Amino acid sequence: MTAQGKWRLWRGGVFLAALAPLLLWGWQVAQNAAGPEPGRYLLLNSGLGGLWMLLLTLSLTPLTRLTRWKGFTLIRRQLGLWTLAYASLHLLSYALFILGLDWAMLGSELVKRPYIIVGLLALIGLVALGATSNRWAMRKLGKRWKPLHKLAYPILGLILLHFFWGVRADLGEWTLYATASALIMATRLPPVARRLPRFRQRLADIR
Amino acid sequence: MLINIAKPSDLRESDVTPESVYLSRRRFMGGMAGLGAGLALSGRAGASADYSDVPSGDAPAWLKEKLEASRRRAIVPDDTEQDAIAPFDDASGYNNFYEFGTGKSDPARRAGDLETQPWSVVIDGEVNNGGRFDLEDLARPSRFEERIYRLRCVEAWSMVIPWLGIPLAEVIKRAEPTGKARFVRFETLVDPEQMPGQRSSFALIDWPYVEGLRLDEAMHPLTLLALGMYGRELPNQNGAPLRLVVPWKYGFKSIKSIVRISLVEEQPVNSWQRIAPEEYGFYANVNPQVDHPRWSQATERRLPNSLFNPNTIDTRMFNGYADEVAELYAGMDLREHF
Ligand code: HEM
Repeated sequence: MTAQGKWRLWRGGVFLAALAPLLLWGWQVAQNAAGPEPGRYLLLNSGLGGLWMLLLTLSLTPLTRLTRWKGFTLIRRQLGLWTLAYASLHLLSYALFILGLDWAMLGSELVKRPYIIVGLLALIGLVALGATSNRWAMRKLGKRWKPLHKLAYPILGLILLHFFWGVRADLGEWTLYATASALIMATRLPPVARRLPRFRQRLADIR
Repeated sequence: MLINIAKPSDLRESDVTPESVYLSRRRFMGGMAGLGAGLALSGRAGASADYSDVPSGDAPAWLKEKLEASRRRAIVPDDTEQDAIAPFDDASGYNNFYEFGTGKSDPARRAGDLETQPWSVVIDGEVNNGGRFDLEDLARPSRFEERIYRLRCVEAWSMVIPWLGIPLAEVIKRAEPTGKARFVRFETLVDPEQMPGQRSSFALIDWPYVEGLRLDEAMHPLTLLALGMYGRELPNQNGAPLRLVVPWKYGFKSIKSIVRISLVEEQPVNSWQRIAPEEYGFYANVNPQVDHPRWSQATERRLPNSLFNPNTIDTRMFNGYADEVAELYAGMDLREHF
């Protein structure tokens, strides 16, 4: 197989893996296996799915530094767009299944509830990143592209805040996601980032 | 609506509970104002529900006997279409019981091994006849009733559930409250070995889970101590073996797996009020006009629903039980006392 064919296969595999949860949830809903409130099931799962996708996307840079494997870089845009897709599905679930497509209610809730405003800001940020993730926008934005896409970090913060606000009785699950986020962000601190390739070298030496 | 009135002189205690008579008489004295309202009372109507698809539990013999001898359909909703009984699998598979986890299906998955036999309840505080009572001794003197109530969760969903139990008022009367008793405080079991939610180091609830009612709310004939649902004993995840059901208040008031009932002078601080006083009050009466800070309470999703029919209905003041309970709150600002 050519190198190019191999990468296409890799990207296709990642695409299917990222699609799989959606198919699974859809199947569960169709089978009546998603409980008595399937809309809320999709709402919560798509929210968590979006957070997972963002965390995976942000893991790619440190993973590349650690391994120098090109495959991680090749799926970065795709996973970023999956984050947007899950988040959009999340908003759609809210509008369709929780509010029953009551537009007036959607309009008022989107500006009235602090935790929803925070979620909306995160979603707007994701849309901005998605819209500027193509080659044309990269060329057009030039040097400004990279700082713009660092918006992913505050977006992660907004999502964690949105999630935190919804917690009722136990912070355990939230703390896991917040810890994972903190670890991933820590790999961006210059002293840590500098050490990642050296760490890789050391691992290689041991082997 | 079916109201079966018997003259008090015709009654034997085993026929009709005094509270129901009280309730139906009150409705008549109110100039039939209650007709067509939220409830139908059918004294000794024999119509027994068909729960043939509900898995039978393993209740002790005494409880089985009491459940079977229940007065069926003592209180049923008026609008049997909108207030159709939720399937047993939904009522027992989708609920909040944070002692067993935060997900709606956690209780059903994890509560199975909760040991509910034997079970005793401490009744203490401002009572003359307190002590530790075996569940059987607590419940046996009262005739069980089946009551089909709307259950409105503070999270804006609701289900209609057929409970089996006894009026809390009867238990309180037998405890003989002193003149000082003004509130009733309830506690759930604390047992981290059996209750994984209590083992979490990130739990915000300070166990035990605590709830409270004003004495007149507790004595209200609609307030039920449930030991069963759907014709059988309570499944563990629904608060076995003994839980409260206060149908005009948000579901979190209806505390589960009760081990202690105290009559007290001071208004208790309930668990949710302690965690988030700006979100959850002591009264927690269902009220479409007072929003939760994070969502509207004007409507509710009646479950089970489906993807393209969220089954959103208007939430009613006091969950539709206003005719029966509104007078308890006459003159109170329910925005302040939410
Ligand atoms: C307009 C934008 C948004 C709206 C209206 C919205 C709405 C909601 C609602 C209603 C909940 C349930 C809260 C609860 O009842 O506990 C929720 C939870 C959540 N949302 Fe959002 N959200 C938005 C944006 C986002 C975005 C962009 C993300 C991240 C990709 C996200 C991730 C989550 C997560 C992780 C949860 C918690 C899920 C759980 O508790 O299992 N949300 N959101």
